[in-house]
Amino acid sequence: MIETSPALAATAGGSLLMLAILAPAGGILLSFVLGGRFAERVVLGLTPIGLAIGIAIAVLVWRSGAPLVYNVAGLPPPLGIALRADGISCVMLVTAALVIAAAVFYARANFDTPEGVTEARAPLAFWILIQAVWAALTILFVGGDLFNLYVALELLTFAAVPLVCLGGKPETLVAALRYLLFALFGSVFYLLGAALLYGAYGTLDIVLLSERVRALPAVWLAAGLMTAGLLAKTALFPLHLWLPPAHANAPAAASAVLSGLVVKGSFFLTVRLWFYVLPALPGSGAAATLGTLGSAAILFGSVLALRQERLKLLIAYSTLAQIGYLFLIFPLASGAHPWIADGWSGGMMQTLSHAFAKAAMFMCAGLLAESLGHDRIAEFAGAGRAMPATFFALGLGGMSLMGLPPSGGFAAKWLLLRASAAAGQWPWAIVMLAGGLLAAGYVYRILAPALSDSPIVLNAPPRRSGEAIALALAIVAVALGFAPQSFFDFLQIGRAAATALP
Amino acid sequence: MSVSSLAGLVGAALVGFGLYGLIVNPQPLRKILAFNLIGNGVFLVFGIVARRGAAAGFPFDPVPQAMVITGIVVAFAASALAVALILRLQEETGNVTLDSDVPPKPSGEGAGST
Repeated sequence: MIETSPALAATAGGSLLMLAILAPAGGILLSFVLGGRFAERVVLGLTPIGLAIGIAIAVLVWRSGAPLVYNVAGLPPPLGIALRADGISCVMLVTAALVIAAAVFYARANFDTPEGVTEARAPLAFWILIQAVWAALTILFVGGDLFNLYVALELLTFAAVPLVCLGGKPETLVAALRYLLFALFGSVFYLLGAALLYGAYGTLDIVLLSERVRALPAVWLAAGLMTAGLLAKTALFPLHLWLPPAHANAPAAASAVLSGLVVKGSFFLTVRLWFYVLPALPGSGAAATLGTLGSAAILFGSVLALRQERLKLLIAYSTLAQIGYLFLIFPLASGAHPWIADGWSGGMMQTLSHAFAKAAMFMCAGLLAESLGHDRIAEFAGAGRAMPATFFALGLGGMSLMGLPPSGGFAAKWLLLRASAAAGQWPWAIVMLAGGLLAAGYVYRILAPALSDSPIVLNAPPRRSGEAIALALAIVAVALGFAPQSFFDFLQIGRAAATALP
Repeated sequence: MSVSSLAGLVGAALVGFGLYGLIVNPQPLRKILAFNLIGNGVFLVFGIVARRGAAAGFPFDPVPQAMVITGIVVAFAASALAVALILRLQEETGNVTLDSDVPPKPSGEGAGST
């Protein structure tokens, strides 16, 4: 047996990582067995437990200042599979738990099993799939093995695609099918890249690979294939076609999770690949390419968002633009420069603040559609008076998207701007400023008609509980703007070793 | 030509055919077949990778074979899900296409969509 290096050894409390995966996975099985309205109770009961596990993992990592490691069945890599939680895993675990909790409590009204029926198709599917999304995301965030991560990526797809077409209408089926096809080709390219890496180095463990990787042609090919596959799943600019219809046609609670979390899953894996597996590659050209695609996504997504007639489509196109900002992390946080800490913090802050802001906005769109019976922006006149809390949450979320201070979006964009100024890479800064202006434009387009004085008749008053949940998420997105420096130090945990490589 | 390089070339050809099918064919079912072609090409590459395990003292490296089995299961599940979606789409609209502007065209008969 190969001697275990300290980076591969399991740490105390590592079994919490297993528990974090088992909780939603067990929930799925339990929901299947109990069925009907018990599925809903299982999910609602599970969310606080999952959140507590996420927070416990974060506290352990915070205290020790080092990643938490668990070797499945006690077998260390390369033969065994490791689970690892570093700084970014922890924040993503907690974010996922919070957004999923918000989404399931929000969804209670929409996916309640009707009285007198023991089981209904759409609710049962929703409650099971949402746990499957959660389980897959958890594996993605703590997985330490590229093949294991491939399986998690596929699980995420299989859980997310049916969420899109829960409504069962033809256009949702087309959206789901297109999403599935993009995702399948994305994952098969990822798998081919993984095969090449395994062929070159005989392991797919992230830590072991990062020690062994050299700039060989096979490694470049593998990196290119895996990145292309992951970009298709993240819907970065030229591969974005599936996202707007899929996210706009899903039920509001599902859209919140898809837009806030699911696209971040494959983005997270891209970050893992470039910053943790391949830091040894001289990747400035690749990083600049990803940054350029991100910039194109910012401009393209924002301009299209400005032109949308329907609120949910507008929010979905704004997701395209906000995904673009995420990819600026590659040119602004790679290499060994003094500014990369800012770039890293900014990119991660954008991931978190967008998750909360976008989830809140999709929930608001759902509430509006329930109360007005439609989501055509032009006919919102007067709705701001009738549903003040909904529009307040929508506005707060929009504020974070624009990057107005004080908000998480502002902190993210400020850090990214500072990094691009320090790096002397001005094009990114110009694109970010333009993107902020365009975002202000499309948020104004939503709010301006709503704040007019015209009378409006609501089909139903807005759900108070739904409004409260959306507002809470939007407030979290804003509150992230007050994150202290120690939070950004936390995001660096587990990264120092990787960047120390030449 | 050794068996390994033959298998490698076949794998590459399968991926190429699959990619061509993906880009050229608008019908979803053909795209799914193309996906399976690419998938089989990738599994062949894994098979060759397994041969290189000789360095560790085995005639074959068993890990890639385990990965291929997992990959086959995943690809099967994916194809099943896609075919189920296509069948449902066929039931609802009477035709199967991914052109986003087309689906409402023949939806006259599909009155009761829930």
